[in-house]
Amino acid sequence: MSETTPTPAGTPVIELRNVSKTFGEVRSLSGIDFAVYPGEIVGLLGDNGAGKSTLVKTVMGFHRPDPGGEIWFNGKLIDDWSVARARDLGIETVYQERALCEKQPIWRNMFMGREPRTKWGLLDVKKMRSESARLMSEHMGFTSAAVHPDNVVSTMSGGEKQGVAITRALYFDANLVILDEPTMGLSLTETGKTLDFVRNIKAVGKSAIFIDHNIFHVYPVVDRLYVLDRGKVAGVYDKTQISMEDLIDRLYRVARTGSLT
Amino acid sequence: MSSETTIKKPADNRVAPPSFLRRYGSQMGIIGVGLVMWLGFVAAAPTVFTNANIYLAFAQTTPQFGIIAIALTFVVITGEIDLSFPSIMALGTAAFCLVVQAGGGWPVGLVAAFATGAVCGWINGALVSYLNIPSLVITIGTSFLFRGLELVLMNGTGVPLTAEDYPAMHAIFRSTLFGIPIQTIWMVVILIGAWFLLNRTRFGAHVFLVGDNPTSARLMGIDAVSVKTRSFILVGLMATFSGLMTSIYGYYFWPTTGEGFLLNTIASVFLGGTSVFGGTGSVVGTFVASYIIGAINAGIVSAGINAFYTQLAFGLVIVVSVVLQTLIDRKIRRQSMTGR
Ligand SMILES: Nc1ncnc2c1ncn2[C@@H]1O[C@H](COP(=O)(O)OP(=O)(O)O)[C@@H](O)[C@H]1O
Ligand SMILES: [Mg+2]
Repeated sequence: MSETTPTPAGTPVIELRNVSKTFGEVRSLSGIDFAVYPGEIVGLLGDNGAGKSTLVKTVMGFHRPDPGGEIWFNGKLIDDWSVARARDLGIETVYQERALCEKQPIWRNMFMGREPRTKWGLLDVKKMRSESARLMSEHMGFTSAAVHPDNVVSTMSGGEKQGVAITRALYFDANLVILDEPTMGLSLTETGKTLDFVRNIKAVGKSAIFIDHNIFHVYPVVDRLYVLDRGKVAGVYDKTQISMEDLIDRLYRVARTGSLT
Repeated sequence: MSSETTIKKPADNRVAPPSFLRRYGSQMGIIGVGLVMWLGFVAAAPTVFTNANIYLAFAQTTPQFGIIAIALTFVVITGEIDLSFPSIMALGTAAFCLVVQAGGGWPVGLVAAFATGAVCGWINGALVSYLNIPSLVITIGTSFLFRGLELVLMNGTGVPLTAEDYPAMHAIFRSTLFGIPIQTIWMVVILIGAWFLLNRTRFGAHVFLVGDNPTSARLMGIDAVSVKTRSFILVGLMATFSGLMTSIYGYYFWPTTGEGFLLNTIASVFLGGTSVFGGTGSVVGTFVASYIIGAINAGIVSAGINAFYTQLAFGLVIVVSVVLQTLIDRKIRRQSMTGR
């Protein structure tokens, strides 16, 4: 990339340096440099299969980068990165596949992997139930149906399931929230709520990575944009640098020619 | 997910919490089946089934497999199965006998026995979860491995375990407490412990999540390998406990210990409502189902019916309960029979 992109000041919350990820013969990411700074919303654009979800899962510690890649958290090189570690350090993700356990009640899904315990060290089921009920009435309201915390996730609609996944990411008061195509399959009002949610992350000074195929969703809420193409960073833009029309134009060009310029 | 179109329904269905029947339906079903079966036995052979002695025998022998079934419930909820526990029963008890023969004393023997059981469970769990080998296949393999090792170590011979030589062991595994056979007391204690482990610890919560959807669980930071491995270790420990209890009950350690335990133990887990698909299950269900299985066994034997029928009965129980579970599961999830 010959274009110069102004880098935001400060230390990135999370930074990938020269990260590649290979699955057998498939190279999903190659030589990725990627950073999210405190208080900014970063958009991630790219065609299906560009490697967006793989990047997200690498940031989360679900995938381990190929040798040579580095993950930095708040200016520190981390070599024992894992999902549990990432979540402990305040990174929450709404995965594209939602990562729900559908035969389980909502309360088990809401606290999956971070179950609260009583002072005796036992599972605080009472709190899990009541907090789930509170969160659902305060934040979810995605549809008119009141949902009981004991309801099994498989009985819910797609929007409600996404509501559980988003509410879960919200609950733990993360410093960095990652949303991988959160509006997929949602109704117009549900999509509106999700975009409000992303804006709110910025309002409270937290960071986010936002992935969506719809540029009309992404452009208005983000500060910076990464364009991914076949596992490589094809461009990084500050929103002040590029208009939406220009961006759309370039994305078409990437799709056709594999080059932004 | 094609299922999303089929689960649309009026929202008012869900305003209420799931009904009592929905939540405890399968458990009530098991208890119902048990009662009906018992009444059937009473009607068929009243003299046998109103005699208290049969219940005594039943309270002594049911825990022999019921205790393993409770532990096996954890493994089945994680979506796996362990077929090697009959061999672990023998190998764990063999470790006890060998240590005592070598002059180690019974407490050291117990430590050796449980350590052996834990290692066997760890081997199963590690092979299944680290290497992702289907548990159905690998535990058949380890079953022969553990049995073979035990036969080699014992040179195929048994060991007498008399009350004179092993008073403490008999007190632990074969006495009566408050008029109740200690085997059943052990089973109740283990049930309570297992219930807390499954329903009131993070480990238990993770057992359900890993069994339901291992990828989701891992994406949320749950160590699926450790959860599965620990479940298999639990089976190894309980199989050893049962091996010792069974051998002390018969005053003798047979190198064939554990043979005949596979069917009734697995039948107890599935009859108890634990799903073959993983993700759901109940140790209370397994507990109740174990006694039903024990009653079928005692009923068939006491009523003078040919013992070949027990195999038929247990086979039937496994097939019918798994088929029913599948049908109920589909109905609850409102999925078509062929979809998915
Ligand atoms: N676990 C995996 N094993 C093998 N290949 C994978 C795996 N995850 C992703 N891929 C491949 O990596 C590429 C990028 O996928 P993904 O990150 O999901 O793209 P995007 O989210 O941008 O649509 C695809 O070719 C996909 O098939
Ligand atoms: Mg994706």
